[in-house]
Amino acid sequence: MAQTAVTAKKKRGRGRSKMTLALFSMMLPGFIYLIINNYIPMAGLVIAFKRFNYSQGIWGSEWCGLSNFTYLFRTNDALNIIRNTIGYNLVFILLGNLLAVTVAIMLNFLKGNMNKKVYQTLILIPYLISMVVVSYIVYGFLSQDNGFLNNLFVKMGREKISWYTEKKYWPFILVLVNLWKGFGYSSILYYATAIGIDSSLYEAATVDGANKWKQVWHVTLPGLKGTIITMVLLSIGRMFYSDFGLFYQVPMRSGLLSSVTDTIDVFVYKGLTQLNDVGRASAAGFLQSVLGFVLVLTANFIVRRVDEDNALF
Amino acid sequence: MVGKNKTGQIVLNIIFILLCVAAVGPFLLLLSSSLTDEATLMREGYNFIPRVFSLNAYIYLFSSSMKIIRGYGITILVTLAGTTLSVLMTALFAYPLSRKELPCRGFFAFFVFFTMLFNGGLVPTYMMWTQTFHIKNTLWALIIPGLLMNGFYIIMMRSFFQANIPDALIEAARIDGGGEYRILFQVVMPLSKPIMATMALMIGLGYWNDWLNSLYYITDDKLFSIQAILNTIITNIQFLTSGQSSAASSVNLGNLPSIGIRMAIAVIGILPVLCIYPFFQKYFVKGIVVGGVKG
Repeated sequence: MAQTAVTAKKKRGRGRSKMTLALFSMMLPGFIYLIINNYIPMAGLVIAFKRFNYSQGIWGSEWCGLSNFTYLFRTNDALNIIRNTIGYNLVFILLGNLLAVTVAIMLNFLKGNMNKKVYQTLILIPYLISMVVVSYIVYGFLSQDNGFLNNLFVKMGREKISWYTEKKYWPFILVLVNLWKGFGYSSILYYATAIGIDSSLYEAATVDGANKWKQVWHVTLPGLKGTIITMVLLSIGRMFYSDFGLFYQVPMRSGLLSSVTDTIDVFVYKGLTQLNDVGRASAAGFLQSVLGFVLVLTANFIVRRVDEDNALF
Repeated sequence: MVGKNKTGQIVLNIIFILLCVAAVGPFLLLLSSSLTDEATLMREGYNFIPRVFSLNAYIYLFSSSMKIIRGYGITILVTLAGTTLSVLMTALFAYPLSRKELPCRGFFAFFVFFTMLFNGGLVPTYMMWTQTFHIKNTLWALIIPGLLMNGFYIIMMRSFFQANIPDALIEAARIDGGGEYRILFQVVMPLSKPIMATMALMIGLGYWNDWLNSLYYITDDKLFSIQAILNTIITNIQFLTSGQSSAASSVNLGNLPSIGIRMAIAVIGILPVLCIYPFFQKYFVKGIVVGGVKG
């Protein structure tokens, strides 16, 4: 009797290790992929401290201390790209979330299933297409000779505008394009939280004589608070990153616009592929990765202090 | 009160109709311009209504440029292969991560989560793929770098498994002698259709719309996907006819409908997405919802 119990235990033990082995073997391809695709490039960040030489590769190239960084900050380029990246991101976060929360609340108060579904489907469409296609749409509006807007201006007897060479319009165009492409997605995200709010809270508010505005202020917004914090936190963590397509493709790579359209990502790409300027590109990339990481940790730390439930980790 | 409520609803509906027009309207500019006669476009520019209707841009695209058809082929191949591989690898990683029996589970969860917080950026990534793996100008370059697995998707899928697959079910399958692979493919996956569909859709969209990997790693135009072609011809429309020896194309070069064709090719690039989207819309919305909650 005792003996069979022991064998059974042994058998189960063997079954366990077989299971563990199977589970590990499942994870192996993904594990290897993440090591290669994500972890090796992290180690490769040391390239920012080296004088890169193609024939020697990242590991073989000579160390050069901070010279890539001093070279990066010798001109105004560095400050300019950092200013652009952070500036656009701040506006995107502020306006994007404001618009999305507003749309979500309106969707929440809207009655009828059919119309709701149609609206949801349609506002998501810009989210589905690539930035390259977006750049074609923008070109359709802004092209110097064939663009819709310039032809409209001519019909109205006004002068054409050379959109792709005039800097002053681009901050507005880029913000508009960003809002247009993203608002459907974030609206639906907030809407999903809004429909989860307990309806008895609204009933109680109505009984207390709260009108729709008061209901929004005292019920809906507090209900959305957690999701808003999470979303803003995630975007703050991405503050040093930008949508490369938006800043590189949509302005049609126009060099004349670069002082208002170049972000860190565009700078790194240009340095790497066009200007053969790996040193500055790698220094800028290093700052992007490290500052981004510090920022996400800091933002999370602050939220943790204020409102622990909404911290990311 | 009731009357006020009704006008409120009317106002809301009007606002949403305007929002939908704002979202979809710009696509009409694309579509209508691609269907307009080239001479009219030359004179009046891109417009929301095709004044003089013409299918010339599309006829030209498909009859005199093999590049479009080839590009379509590349895009479809990469999207199918990439999505299949990616969903499979994500599920294979997410399932063990969802099991309490997995040793060092905390370590593996952190291993995934950390990739979402920190990354090496473009320069080291580019150097590694081109210099160590020599991926430049191969089909692999369109499938593997960056797109194959994503920490966010792994965590989404793991959370779904944890929340929706009861432990007792897996225990029962084990007692019946099912190995882990059989449990994953025959028990867990069939019960996880919503997340599988969501993942397939989002990953598939990522592959279909990808132009970055082409930009970084592809210079050989034989491997250009639709997005890469779009990317090239916005500045260089002659790309469509370059390098073709067929007599037809050299004859037609003079009347290349270059203004309309740009828009036609953009329409071709998004049409499949727009056709498939309504059928998967409910999964997609669900996916956004799932993706919105932290893992």
